[in-house]
Amino acid sequence: MKALSQRRRHPLAAVALLLMGLLITGGLYAAAGSVNEAKAATTYSASDVDEGNKLFVANCATCHGMNAEGTTDGPSLVGVGAAAVDFQVGTGRMPMQMQGPQAQAKPKQFGDEETQKLAAYVASLGAGPAVPDDEAVDTTEGNSAAGGTVFRVNCAMCHNAGAAGGALTRGKFAPGISDVSSKHIYEAMATGPQNMPVFNDSNITPEEKRDVITFLQEIDAQGSAGGASLGSLGPVSEGLLIWTGGLAIVIAFTIWLTSRPS
Amino acid sequence: MGDHSHGSPNDPGTVAKAGQGSVESFQDPGLPPHRPRLADVDPRAAKRAERQVTLLFVVSILGTALFFVAYFVVGRTSTFSGIRLQNTLLGLGTAFAMMGIGVGIVHWAKTLMPDHEITEMRHEIRPEAERQEAEAMIGDILDETGIKRRPLIRNSLIAAVALAPIPAIFMFRDLDRTGATANEIVDRLRYTMWDKDTKLVRDPSGTPIKASDVQIGSAFHVIPEGLDDTEDPLNEKAKAVVLLMRLDPREMEISPERETWHHDGIVAYSKICTHVGCPVALYEQQTHHLLCPCHQSTFDLTQECKVIFGPAGHALPQLPITVDSEGYLVAQSDFHEPVGPSYWERG
Repeated sequence: MKALSQRRRHPLAAVALLLMGLLITGGLYAAAGSVNEAKAATTYSASDVDEGNKLFVANCATCHGMNAEGTTDGPSLVGVGAAAVDFQVGTGRMPMQMQGPQAQAKPKQFGDEETQKLAAYVASLGAGPAVPDDEAVDTTEGNSAAGGTVFRVNCAMCHNAGAAGGALTRGKFAPGISDVSSKHIYEAMATGPQNMPVFNDSNITPEEKRDVITFLQEIDAQGSAGGASLGSLGPVSEGLLIWTGGLAIVIAFTIWLTSRPS
Repeated sequence: MGDHSHGSPNDPGTVAKAGQGSVESFQDPGLPPHRPRLADVDPRAAKRAERQVTLLFVVSILGTALFFVAYFVVGRTSTFSGIRLQNTLLGLGTAFAMMGIGVGIVHWAKTLMPDHEITEMRHEIRPEAERQEAEAMIGDILDETGIKRRPLIRNSLIAAVALAPIPAIFMFRDLDRTGATANEIVDRLRYTMWDKDTKLVRDPSGTPIKASDVQIGSAFHVIPEGLDDTEDPLNEKAKAVVLLMRLDPREMEISPERETWHHDGIVAYSKICTHVGCPVALYEQQTHHLLCPCHQSTFDLTQECKVIFGPAGHALPQLPITVDSEGYLVAQSDFHEPVGPSYWERG
């Protein structure tokens, strides 16, 4: 430290300081930039796209059209991105079992490889959100407190503050998020499946998305602080329990109090 | 008091004939014969009941001990599972402590305390003479006070009683320390902090929003810029929160006076429900319905947030927006009507 303080008035000290500053900011910028590039760098081979096209024509074209241009039964898939395919097919929502208020999660119909090929085909139709890499959903880097704030402002009104899900209009509902994989949560935010609004990277940044996933994993792992959560549904399930269980106890005590002893 | 009698009451209680043909009569059966309990006849049963009652009181003592174990020993943790365990044990300890005493006393009374049935007769309703006596007493009191003869005293007493509560009105008024006039207080409900050129910023980060950031189908939760610098940010936020959405302008039915209120299909609506003020933020991006989670009022975004279902009284107020020279979204003015639930001068 002494050597450093002696040289601080050296004529070249200012130059050295400037160089150091430039190196640090430049280095940080490059690091930050490379993260974004890495995310967008997922490329698919031409054969993936070809095979994806065949799978698409066989399984999806009835509703989405031969060239994914959309029909009256299903929307156009141009520009929805690989993330949308990975979410819809990877959670079993697509192909749809039947037309209804909304497509529901069910055992998935395609393996990971076929899903990837379908994603390659749809991604080739137009630019859209890519499937997030492992780093984007690495929750060891996430801040669950910040994620909780973002979740309560943007998500909790539909998905419930405990991520248990809730009802929407006319038979639609926001599903619970406790057993959804990090990748699928990320993709749902980025693409806005069905009636969920889109939360693109300028609305909720990739870091904030990772924080939200960290928060969801944390409340999942820690469970309810106040005993049995009863599905985290609030007054409905709690009221039902107290009206049935609680009243049964009151009635049992009343009968015992007024009964004749043997 | 002490007017007990065992067995049947004085009147055997025959019911008069109730018309032709029906000759039913009702005999008061009196009380059933007294049946001794097991503990009354068998000393071993009595001993057993005694032990049961003691056991219940001991359960109560153990419950209290469990409470303190949970409070001082289990509570030395900050993990959720530790807190959950502590809560459970605190509850169980308190429940056992209370229930042991209660159940024990009832069991004691039912098995060991005397159980002879007694009948207490209803008191007769007092005769008319007593009512008149009371009336006369009140009349005497009024005569003695002389309130009828001295109207000056009566009137000044009425005036004093009527005036005495008035200071309370002034003291309650002083609870509001801003010294605002009545009109200013009404204006607090009428206006929000939105104003010409106030930037729309994200909740909670406070970063401004570029119009190009808002893609079709997305929803932004928005607060006015500078919210945290106001004197009372939570009250201001409760009035000013806005939901920003973008949809295809061709899907919207826009009335002529609102033509300029949106920017390329980006619209901003108050998030405060016009029913009782819950935040309406459940946006369905395909049906363009906005749902209030409290009472299921549903607003149609394509029809300027008209109510299409539920108890809300009128459409959500729209915030007129535009973009500034840098491309950021800004408000054109405040809302043109008061936000939130029914308001007495909405007009």
